[in-house]
Formats: sequence, structure tokens, C-alpha cells
Amino acid sequence: MTIIEERAANPAAGDDDRPIGYGRIQRKEDPRFVRGKGHYVDDIVLPGMLHGAILRSPVAHARIVSIDTSAALAHPGVVAVITGQDLLGLKLAWAPTLSADVQAVLATDKVRFQGQEVAFVVAEDRYAARDALELIEVDYDVLPPVIDVRKALDPGAPVIRDDIEGRTDNHIFDWEAGDAAETDAVFASADVVVSQEMVYPRVHPAPMETCGAVADFEPIEGALTLYETSQAPHAHRTLFAIVSGIPEHKIRIVSPDIGGGFGNKVGIYPGYILAVVGSIVTGRPVKWMEDRSENLMSTSFARDYIMQGEIAATKDGRILAVRSTVLADHGAFNATAQPSKYPAGFFHIFTGSYDLQAAHCKVTGVYTNKAPGGVAYACSFRVTEAVYLVERLVDMLARKLEMDPAELRLKNLIKPEQFPYKNKTGWEYDSGNYEQALRKSMQMAGYDELRREQQEKRDRGELMGIGISFFTETVGAGPRKHMDIVGLGMADGAELRIHPTGKAVVRISVQSQGQGHETTFAQIVAEELGIPPEDIDVVHGDTDQTPFGLGTYGSRSTPVSGAAVALVARKVREKAKFIAAAMLETRPEDLEWEKGRWFVKGDPSVGKTMAEIAMGAHGTVTLPEGIDGNLDAEVTYDPPNLTFPFGAYICVVDVDPGTGHVTVRRFIAVDDCGTRINPMIIEGQVHGGLTDGVGMALMQFIEFDAEGNNLGGTFMDYLIPTALEVPDWETGFTVTPSPHHPIGAKGIGESATVGSPPAIVNAVVDALAPFGITHMDMPCTPARVWEAMQGRPRPPI
Amino acid sequence: MQISMSINGTDITEEIEPRVLLVHFIRDQLRLTGTHWGCDTSNCGTCVVLMDGQPVKSCTVLAAMADGHSITTVEGLATGAVLDPVQQGFMEEHGLQCGFCTPGMMLTARALLDQNPHPDDGEIREAISGQMCRCTGYATIVRSVQWAAAHPAVPEELAENAGEEVTA
Amino acid sequence: MQIPASFDYVRASTVDDALALLDRHGPESRVVAGGHSLLPMMKLRLARPEWLIDINELYELDYVLRDGNTLRVGAMTRHATLLASPEIFRLFPIVADAERVIADPTVRNRGTIGGSLCQADPAEDLSTVCKVLRAEAVIRGPGGERVLSMDDFHRGAYETAVAHNELLCEVRFPIRPRSGSAYEKVERRVGDWAVVAAGAAISLAADGTMDDVAIGLTAVGVAGTVTEAEDLLRGRHPQEDLFLEAGRLAALASKPIADQRGPIDYKRHLADELTRRVLRRAAARAAEAQEG
Repeated sequence: MTIIEERAANPAAGDDDRPIGYGRIQRKEDPRFVRGKGHYVDDIVLPGMLHGAILRSPVAHARIVSIDTSAALAHPGVVAVITGQDLLGLKLAWAPTLSADVQAVLATDKVRFQGQEVAFVVAEDRYAARDALELIEVDYDVLPPVIDVRKALDPGAPVIRDDIEGRTDNHIFDWEAGDAAETDAVFASADVVVSQEMVYPRVHPAPMETCGAVADFEPIEGALTLYETSQAPHAHRTLFAIVSGIPEHKIRIVSPDIGGGFGNKVGIYPGYILAVVGSIVTGRPVKWMEDRSENLMSTSFARDYIMQGEIAATKDGRILAVRSTVLADHGAFNATAQPSKYPAGFFHIFTGSYDLQAAHCKVTGVYTNKAPGGVAYACSFRVTEAVYLVERLVDMLARKLEMDPAELRLKNLIKPEQFPYKNKTGWEYDSGNYEQALRKSMQMAGYDELRREQQEKRDRGELMGIGISFFTETVGAGPRKHMDIVGLGMADGAELRIHPTGKAVVRISVQSQGQGHETTFAQIVAEELGIPPEDIDVVHGDTDQTPFGLGTYGSRSTPVSGAAVALVARKVREKAKFIAAAMLETRPEDLEWEKGRWFVKGDPSVGKTMAEIAMGAHGTVTLPEGIDGNLDAEVTYDPPNLTFPFGAYICVVDVDPGTGHVTVRRFIAVDDCGTRINPMIIEGQVHGGLTDGVGMALMQFIEFDAEGNNLGGTFMDYLIPTALEVPDWETGFTVTPSPHHPIGAKGIGESATVGSPPAIVNAVVDALAPFGITHMDMPCTPARVWEAMQGRPRPPI
Repeated sequence: MQISMSINGTDITEEIEPRVLLVHFIRDQLRLTGTHWGCDTSNCGTCVVLMDGQPVKSCTVLAAMADGHSITTVEGLATGAVLDPVQQGFMEEHGLQCGFCTPGMMLTARALLDQNPHPDDGEIREAISGQMCRCTGYATIVRSVQWAAAHPAVPEELAENAGEEVTA
Repeated sequence: MQIPASFDYVRASTVDDALALLDRHGPESRVVAGGHSLLPMMKLRLARPEWLIDINELYELDYVLRDGNTLRVGAMTRHATLLASPEIFRLFPIVADAERVIADPTVRNRGTIGGSLCQADPAEDLSTVCKVLRAEAVIRGPGGERVLSMDDFHRGAYETAVAHNELLCEVRFPIRPRSGSAYEKVERRVGDWAVVAAGAAISLAADGTMDDVAIGLTAVGVAGTVTEAEDLLRGRHPQEDLFLEAGRLAALASKPIADQRGPIDYKRHLADELTRRVLRRAAARAAEAQEG
């Protein structure tokens, strides 16, 4: 089923502006934010709180000869200085990563990337802590670094991870998906094959709020309260218990308001652990907030894939197969956050939105002397890389076949009747109507008119490009039997309580970093129970107050927790039926539901509202056998499959032929995320992701020099788009509900980050067609575009 | 050293170290935590406050340099329970998501509208171009400022929904 | 966030007061104006003055006024004031061109013309503008006042003729009839330092020939103006083939370095491309001024 138009606001509400359920309503969290009363980690001040600061390595690869902390310790206001040697004594020098590796909390033997944590100062205030960093003397014996990922596996390359016994090279893993032999056979018989090496350069999520924590260890109870910038508080609690030895029931993680995450706040960084150690050592609360340069240089980067891609087709434009080999730079420690069985995330959805005969990919992960990380930044576990690869290949194929890229896509998209569609690498796409979305985007863009305008401009020597991308996302991990993070199954819980007066509180295991959970999840309950959203409190971010679950990343909040919330509301609704029946002295099966009340079939005037039922449940009504005296429920939702949002994007760029400067003139985004809960919030999610796409395609790049110096360590050089680099976004949508999700929703958080970079690069390459250019790598900075115009496009690494 | 200034209309006098940045003075000493910070290099603009009515990056102004001046932070935008139209506009048009850049954006918008009550979209984009937002993609911020321009006083029926009065 | 090292702070109330303070505290003291160059460097601890002398209250140095055939701009005039000045927009459109692309509007509310010139960053825009407009710098010190050409003012990257006990007080721009000027910058993103920028000023004689031409380049290692190109153009009528040749000469004169903003050949190309563009625009503006 596909619905083009917006689902009507629920009639029970009677007012489109204030729907009880789905629809555009203002966000419940906004009043505090617009008054400056948001509560972020750095806003927290505890009595006696100290401040921590981290000394970081200035070099990429070196043996630590000695560390002298005496002058720092003597500095006024300094309470403690902690080094790796101190942590060895506490068995905390190394911590497990989310990818079955270990990462140094403070370096003991070697430093392995520029910006690595070397010592931790705890002082009375942040100024004193910062001053003391300069007084620590570290003697480094500098070693040759491995910076060029293409040389990381060379025989004789310096071995970065000599801390791991028996290590003789920098190889981490090889992983493959699809059938190599079948794919090779299809390629061998294909009319046309297009190949291209593509680099998806290293980027960083760079949320406006950096990472930080306030640790408060209470020695008498042995209890730790940790306020931290976390997208996954429950998973963090379990991991802290494992790392620190503090029993899990003595740990409370609070993730307050978060100033953006985008994947940056999934991992557990040394700074968080150091704040805890600092609190244990000093007996006082310790705050650590990283600088922007620390954020950009040491916390989770994203991408850094060198992809060799190939696409095979018939000469009349039938796409047959894709294959790819990838070299993945994981930095100095393998610290990516992704389901354990998938070291390359969900890259194997690189078959895209097309009906193929075969596909195969192989990914090799290696260590380099760069910051650890890998999966981060709104990528849906590497779907960004996958979509970029296939959408660039399809565009290149269109050029080779001299076909319009829209026409080529229309010819090969999976058809509505093919869903559920099993692709060649093991995914089962749940639902889709791809052609409809692409046609809608073309109609919104005025595609044919744009092509005419482009031709006229070309005739005048002007450079205009039109780029298309069509993407299929895979979001909402689990199912838990297939997907876990360090052994924790990817499921999420929800608890719902209806108070006696009919007001409600729903407690969820996912954590908003700006996505508007307090509104969206209230709307789901409102839709199911007919309680107005303003009467429903959404509690999240505090492990003492919420059920266990894996957290917010990979666009999983709505697909997983959204389902949990819908189901817990239905459970309450079902329970309410029994209580209502008791109150009405009738049988439950004689009752019928309309939004907000149960009534007697055939006699709608006789019924009980949710508020009346709630009072009954908590009151003196004689309850049926087996029904407790409350109106509460809880569930843990284990998704049967992922959901597969999709979209069609069209980008129009103008390139200054004299300077290579790219202007994104228009961007049309048609998204399908299944059932839509709050269209305003959905649009906002799309807008943000599109802006990230402009950033990645045109300017954002964490670059290193040959010595391993990070050249993107500040906002002066890691360029984030401003309001002047982005157009007024043109968004549209179709609605193809997920058949297996309780409300048909699919998730939207990362669609635009996934889908927009190829549209922009395709547009730039299209603009440069008169120069014979068929591919250029991101970022499309003026200099790099100009080089491409000279006929020598250059990979960024 | 001792400094005096007007903060959101209240005169204050405080003792500080000369090197204290205005943003730290506001956040850590005055405990007005609506002003945020997000970079080391004066680029991000999350720390913007109004100094004598002009948007400035408070990470790049010493508290000492604000001595004798008038500072407005986000906490000073509303008048009691009545929100500034800019605040209301940000709620109406979804001009914020995580809320981190929002105070600075709203203060710049207020200064812009004071100078130019009917800016076009380009003028709004230009005005906020020294401030970064990672969530919204800016279009809804532009719409929010336009909403404020179209509603120079917040209608009473909306003011009621604006939440509790906050005392500074 | 990064935090500066400790220092003492004093606020100057007059220029004389500022000079006395500089004299008293010696070479380890620094003047802070808008602070948007110095404070970031202090936060990164690349600058560590012992004394900071705040001259923001020197309102006597915040002015734009016409004095016969000279436009006098006080050193404490903020970028935002320059950008908003109709007088400057009319007389020296190059200043408005440049100001529009200097940092961002919030920074321009604090940053000053004097601060930018004294910072003397090689990628700084106003230095090129001042050179092209043949501006003069008025410097005051214990020995009184001296007036320097921009060539004498600039001593190299981050270096000027202003001694530690002196203060740049004013910039003087000669007003020429029938003149036009323009500035264009390529940047990786709004608010970034220039990849390359070029500025040009053209004054026309009564017969329409160019009686003076100045061409300046930003961020390509050219200290003065591009005299080879200026010599070529002087005395000729503005025309495209001359501008093409001037662009070529500008590229030849430039000595860029490769960095994250681009390779050498690209920057040379930009010196050429942008020189041509600003010459065209300056000539068109001069022609308009002539007609007006």
C-alpha cells in the first residue's frame, strides 16, 4: 500500500492543529530550550566538583620514555595528576572497545595517534587544570607512523598494535558478503562494465556540544552517578560495570539534554573513564568537558573507506551486478560501534535500490596511526558509503551508456510488487514504491526543464549540474538474535503508566540528542490511547528511571523504541478494556474502542474514557480475575526485521568556471519513512541531514599530513556549512508503511545524510561533463574542482 | 579585579581574574547556563550574547572588556512569562532541535529585527552566518525569524503555552 | 574550551593613556582592540602577553570622516561600521566588497580596521585593500606622530612598523575623482580566510585612460602591489585584452604556497582569474563615477 498524501489528522482530535496522535504539533521540549533552560552536561555543577583536563600526544606514533608530573602536581589548585602507569595499578589502563579490541585510556607504552590521551589533571577549576597540562613533561621517542592506509599492510610497515601479543602487521579483519563466483560470472558475460576507485574521506560528526561527563563516585555506598553525553546510557552502564568493576546496580548513568550526537556520542571515550577515575581517586565529583580540538582529533571519526567499485549492465541499460573491494581505515584501535557480526556495518546494502542478479563485496580493515572510530555520523552503520558507491556507479554507467541517469534508474528500480525483496547480500527489504518517489522528485524539480536549462547554459560556457540519487536505507537494528553490541541484543524497552487522573508517563530506553523524542513518543501513545500529548510525559536518559535498551543511533529510535511504545500502549489499552468491562458490568468482548474510550457495541453513549478507566483501576472497582489494580504495562521490543526507508534526491549545482566554486542552488528531497508521526520533526531531520551532505560533499574533511598531524582539528579547518552554503530545502514525501512495524513507521534520522552526498557529487560531476570528467572524490572544494577541470582529479588521500 | 555590568537589565558587580572569558563569567560565575560554547577558535557562535545590543562571540571577549557594558543573554529575552516573538517563532517553525545553538541564534535574530524589522531571507542567512547549527539545516531558523518579523508581539493565546515563568 | 594563560589587564582611556601604559609595561604588553585575532591566539597559547592594554574605550579613534580629498578612518572603527558606511560604499566600493567577506557578521561587530592591519596576517583582506587604495597609516608613539605608506607599514607576515610602544591611530585614504575599485575573494566557505583574493583600483583621466591603477593580491606572498601589471595598464584605456595580460602578470608575480586551501598552480590561476575580474569591475565602477 502506498499513500502519497499526508495521513489525515485523527478525527478524534477534531482539530488538525492539535491532533491527539500523529500530526504537526509543537515540540514539548522547546519551551525550556528557547528560554535557555536546557540542561546539558556542562551546566551541571555538583558541590565540591573538580575539573579534569587531558594531556594529549602531539605526535602520531612514539614510545613514551618518561612522564614527569611533579611540576603539574605542585601547581596551585591541582588535586591529582593521573598517568597510564597509575591506571595500570587500577587495571584501567586499557578498556574494551565496542568492536572486540582494546583502547588505551591513558597511554602506557606508546602513543598511537596525535591527540591520544597521555595524562589527566584534576584541579579546583578548569583554568588551573588547563594551566597544569603545560607543566607535565613527557619524553617521546618518535617512531615512523603509518598514515597512508594504502601502505598499512605493506610488509615491513611499522606495527602499530605491538601491545597485542603476536601481532606482526596492521591487519584487523577481512569480511565479505554476497557470492563472489556468481558475481564474477555475471560480470564476465556483461555487455558493459564500469569501474571506479572512490574515496569516502574521513569526516567527523562534530555536534555543537562536545563530549563530556561529570562523575560522582560515592565511596560509602560504592555507587557511581555518571552524567555524560551519551546516545546509549543503558549500554554504557553495562560497559562501565564491566570496565570498572563497580557492580551494575551501583551505577546510574544520566544523559541529560544532549547538544547533538550524530553518532559521536555512542562510544565510551577515555575522558568519561578518566572522570570516573578522577572521582574515585579524589573522593569528589569530577567534570571533564573536551575542547573542540579534542573532539575533532580524538573522538569517533566516520567513513574513511577506499572503495573499488564495479557495475555490470547490458548495453540497453539493464543493471546486472555490482561488486566492490574496500580498504577501511579504522585508526589506531578498532573502536567502531556496530553490531558484532558486521565489522563493515551494513555496507553490504551497496546493492542499492536495484533489482540485481548478483553482488559481492569484500572489506579489509586496517590499523593506522590515526584516531580510532569508524562508524559514526548519521551513517546507519556504513549505509552512507554503500549508497554513495552504488549511486556514483549508476551515474557513471548512465554516462557510459549515454542514457539519462533518471531513465537508467527508473528502468532498474525494484518494483512495488517485488516486495518483500530479498537482495543478493542477505537483506529483506520490507516495502517500497521506488518509482513513485523518483517520479515525484522529478516532478517537484521540473527535471526536464532543468535539463533544457542546463543545455542552454552549456552552450554559453556556464557550468550547471543536475545530480540524482536514489537510496534505500536499512535501519532499526536488531533483530536481537542477529544483532548485538558487545553481546547486548539490539532491543528496546518501554514502560507506560497511566496515573489515576488519566495523565501518563512513558519511559523509554532511547535517548534524544535533539530528535524530539519527548514529543514523538507522546504522540505515539496519544494515537494509541487518545490521551492528548501534553498529558503524556516522556522520560528518557536516566538508567535509574527507564527500562533497558540499546539507545539512539542508526535511526533506531522510531523503528525499535517507537514500536515498543506503540505496543506498550496497546497492552494498556487491552487491559483498560477489561477494567472498563468491569466498570460497565459487561463482557470485554462486547466493548469497542474509539480513540480515548471503550464503549458498548451498538450503544456508543455507554462507555468509559481512559481517565475514567484509570481512576477505576486505581480506585475501588472490583477488578476481574488476574487484573492488577493499575493501568501500567511494559514491553521489550525485538524487531523481526530492519525497516527500509528510501528516497529520491535531486540536486542542482552551479560551478564557477573560473574558480571551481560550487553553489548548491536547489535540493529536492522526497523521503519515504513509512507512517509519519510528526511531519514537522521529520522535515527537520531531513533538513539537518541534507546540510551534513553538503558539508561532506563540499567541505568537511579530516585530513592528515605525512607525519600524522591532524589538519582538521579546529573549526577553522574542519569546515561546517553555514546558512549561506545551503539552499532553502524542497522536501516532499510518499508513505509506504513498513508491514512488520506496529505503526508502519521506518525511521528518518539518517536518510538525508545517507542519500544527499551522492546527489551532490553526481551534480558536480555532471556540471564538469564538458571537461570529460566522469568522477571526482569528495570534498568538492574549489581547488579540487578546478583540478578536476584541468583533467586531473585527485583522490583526497 | 572588580567588574560591573548590566546583565539582562540587572546591575552586578563581581570579582574576577583578568583572563576570564565572558562566556565563562556568564556560565560559571553568574550561573546563566543558557549561553553555550562549542569551539576554540571563534567560529561556531553558540556563545553569542548581545553586548550593548550587538551580537558578539562571548568566547572572544574578556569579562573585563565587558566592564561597564550591557549584556543580554537568552535568559533576558522573555519578559516574565511573555516570550520574545523570536522565541515563539523558533517554537512555531521548528527552528531548533538539540537546542544548543538556539540561544545564540535567537539573540542574533533579535538584534537583526531591532535593526531591520522586515529582513528578507538572504539578510537573515547573512546575519546568522557566523553561527553553526548541525541539526536544522537553517531553513527553519530562517522561517522562525520570519515568523517573529510577522508577529512583532506574541499573540496572547500563544504566550499561555510558553511554559512557566523563569526567574533569572 | 581553550583558555588563555594568566595576564594583567588594564583599560586605556585615551590614546595618550594607552601610549603611557605601553611605555610603562614594555615589550611584554600587548594592545587588544576587537580581540578577534589576539584572543584566539592567546587561548591557543600561541601568544602570552603579560599585560593586556584594552583600547576599546578609545572612542576618539572610532570615526569615518572626510577631510578635503582624504577619507580618515580611525583605527578603532569596527568592520561593521565600515560595511554600513554609505560614504565608504560610494567612494571606495572595494572596502565594502572586502568587508562583506571578512570573517562573519558577529566577528565584524568587534573586529577593527586597526586590529586587522596590525595583525598583518598574510591572508588578511584589508591590508590588500589599503595597499590598492594607496592608503597611509598614522602611527603615534612617544616621539609623536608619523605617517607611513602601506608598503612601509607592512614588514612581512605578522609584522608591521608599529613599535611596541606605538599605536596605529588612523588610516587615510586619498579620494580620487573618476575612480573605481573592487575586491574578490575565493574562500572554501563563508567566513574562511582567503584561498586567494585580489583587489584593484582604477582612476580615469578626463580622456578615459587609466591614470592610476593599483592591483593587490591576498594570500599569495606578494608584499606590495603588482607593479608590472600596473605599469602595463597605466595610460591606456581599460580593455579586456589588457586585463587578460594583467592577470597573467599577476599570476607570475604571485608566490603562493600549497596548503589545505589549494595547490600552487590553482592559487596562481586564481591570482590571474581574480585580477581580471576585479579590474573589469573597478573599470566599470570608474566609468560610472566618471559619468556620475
